[in-house]
Amino acid sequence: MDVELLLGILPQVAIDGLILGFMYALIALGYTMVYGVLQFINFAHSEVFIVGAFVGVEILLTLKAAGVLDGVPWVLVLLLVLVAGMAASGFLAFAVERVAYRPLRHAPRLIPLISAIGVSFFLQDAIRLVESIWRNAFNLVYPTIDALNVRFDLTSTIDVSVKSLVVIAAALLMLWALHVLVNRTKIGTAIRAVAEDQAAASLMGINVNRIISLTFVIGGAMGGAAGVLFGVQYGLINPYTGFIPGLKAFTAAVLGGIGNIPGAMVGGLVLGLLEAFAASYLSLLTGGAFGAEYKDIFAFSILILILIFRPKGLLGEVVRERA
Amino acid sequence: MIRQPLVAIPASLALLIVSGLAVASAPRSILAFLLFQAAILFIYLAAMPWWLRGAFLGVALLVMMPIIGAYNVYYLEIATQVGIFAALALGLNIVVGLAGLLDLGYVAFFAVGAYTWAIFGSPQANQIFGGGFPLAPGWFYVFIFVGLAVAALTGVLLGLPVLRLHGDYLAIVTLGFGEVIRVLANNLDKPINLTNGPKGITPIGRPPVPFGIPYAEFSYFLVLLIVLIVIVVNRRLEDSHIGRAWEAIREDELAAQAMGVPLVRAKLLAFACGASFAGIMGVVFAAKQVFINPESFTFLESIGVLAMVILGGMGSIPGAVLGATVVTVLNLQVLKGFSLWLNELKNAGVVILGYPLASLPTQLEPAKYERMIFGIILVLMMIFRPQGILPARRRQREIEVTAEEQKSVTT
Repeated sequence: MDVELLLGILPQVAIDGLILGFMYALIALGYTMVYGVLQFINFAHSEVFIVGAFVGVEILLTLKAAGVLDGVPWVLVLLLVLVAGMAASGFLAFAVERVAYRPLRHAPRLIPLISAIGVSFFLQDAIRLVESIWRNAFNLVYPTIDALNVRFDLTSTIDVSVKSLVVIAAALLMLWALHVLVNRTKIGTAIRAVAEDQAAASLMGINVNRIISLTFVIGGAMGGAAGVLFGVQYGLINPYTGFIPGLKAFTAAVLGGIGNIPGAMVGGLVLGLLEAFAASYLSLLTGGAFGAEYKDIFAFSILILILIFRPKGLLGEVVRERA
Repeated sequence: MIRQPLVAIPASLALLIVSGLAVASAPRSILAFLLFQAAILFIYLAAMPWWLRGAFLGVALLVMMPIIGAYNVYYLEIATQVGIFAALALGLNIVVGLAGLLDLGYVAFFAVGAYTWAIFGSPQANQIFGGGFPLAPGWFYVFIFVGLAVAALTGVLLGLPVLRLHGDYLAIVTLGFGEVIRVLANNLDKPINLTNGPKGITPIGRPPVPFGIPYAEFSYFLVLLIVLIVIVVNRRLEDSHIGRAWEAIREDELAAQAMGVPLVRAKLLAFACGASFAGIMGVVFAAKQVFINPESFTFLESIGVLAMVILGGMGSIPGAVLGATVVTVLNLQVLKGFSLWLNELKNAGVVILGYPLASLPTQLEPAKYERMIFGIILVLMMIFRPQGILPARRRQREIEVTAEEQKSVTT
């Protein structure tokens, strides 16, 4: 075995893993916040995420068609796309909660979950329908922004692109903002109160329905931002792309301890790194017998193992079973 | 009118005759075939002595359906597909409907059954054992039981580690398991070529057909026979000791355990039973299709089967059959029919409200929107009729009671 080669690609793999991990962390926040408040897996979150990516690509393509994409500073463009993606996804998450989950809040436990699966499937084809009519294509490619593709060398063998750094910076910024929102503001206190005990929170004068909606909006906006960053980083999207990252992000949320916001970040990073290592090293270590194709199996195995042996997750939030 | 035997019996007869004639005179019409299916449903629901109902259904399924198939083989194909999915829905019904364990990776067991026969019923097994394959077609009948056993074993293997999980978590893990099976099928063409990867396996051996019946008719009768057996088994299970135990677990796991229900055994049995039905149908499916690849066993299929169970009513046997029929017909007939019709309109240059249909985007194919159908079914059923179209009595009561309890809590 070529140890030098194994070590040589290590930093590159670590950077890839970090980027993937921040992406998972941003998506996982949506799952974990909703689970913390309602003890319910918002299955449609993967589509909320990919809608953000689609809004982003539509704006970029429109700018490009208008010929202004290269004229405007890329920071402004990126900011515009991020905000639009967040707004669209946040609104979508809000709407989904109103239509498909709120009427079912007191139903037996499997019913809202099945409804969420239905929403997820419906949205996948709804995106496809809209894009088919609008653009006559539903596999879309993010237009490249030259300034974002500049690569610079960290060492003689490892380089990193500007967009990777931007993705990491944007993710960090948003995670920090969310942390402040949840822990330092009145709204954050209300969210935590509702998560703790809905009845008691409503007795304290908190409008529970509004806080639940807000939770969906915040989680959705984070997902939308992740969608835009996903598109910028990986380029190709279609209406069904969101599903697997969504599932992985859920895994990340469980890994970190579902319902726990710092846990989602830690879980996302751990999963992203593990997956990047698995994807690069599995084939090298097994002599090509098992390749990167098995990285999904790897992630699901982690999920199953965590759920069996440490259902509280890494950060140890107590998982409450919905009766 | 459906409750009055004096009206219902002649009405059933009339519907059967009219729909039969309609299909015979217009073998290409989708509406005529839908009418025939509606006639069968009407007979099932109408009030009449059991022997008369049996006779009507027997005539419709054993005599009329093959004749329709002779006019238009496609309908026989649809009926066979409905049968396959009905068996799958009945299997999932045990796991989800009776035992209340939400399994989102159910199609994995179907895949296990299908690959069991596909590997040994085709030259594929030569890649592993060197030679001597495919097995003689007669082995198909043995492999129905092998498929059953392998799928049931897989069910137990999945069940063992996830026994401690409930509700949502169980759903996600089974989903992951379904994906794992699909990824394995997709990638196990190396280091040993077991499944031939994404290219799939072909040609898969077909069973020998007795009496020179055409193959399409034969698979229809085979599937029908299996569905009947599955229904009988389901019926017997439902009111058996273990069936009651499953329902007790579904209603309240803790209480069930306190009453002495052996949780581990009951849950494993539920997984094994549900999986075995899928395994049998997998073998039949592989032989019927002659070609299988991992694309037939995606998450979409699992959700499709779930939508069938939910639509008909969780825990309800006639519900599962009805759900399978409606969803399959929607997919194979209505969506495809709509696609064809739209294309015809496009090609004919029809203009609607000043909008020429010919300028519709080419990527717009209604036949590809099965996810949307499944999604709408799931959401609408959950919001408006969670007990399903033909609810199981006990399940309906449970949902009503929960709703009342909630009302009394909130008011």
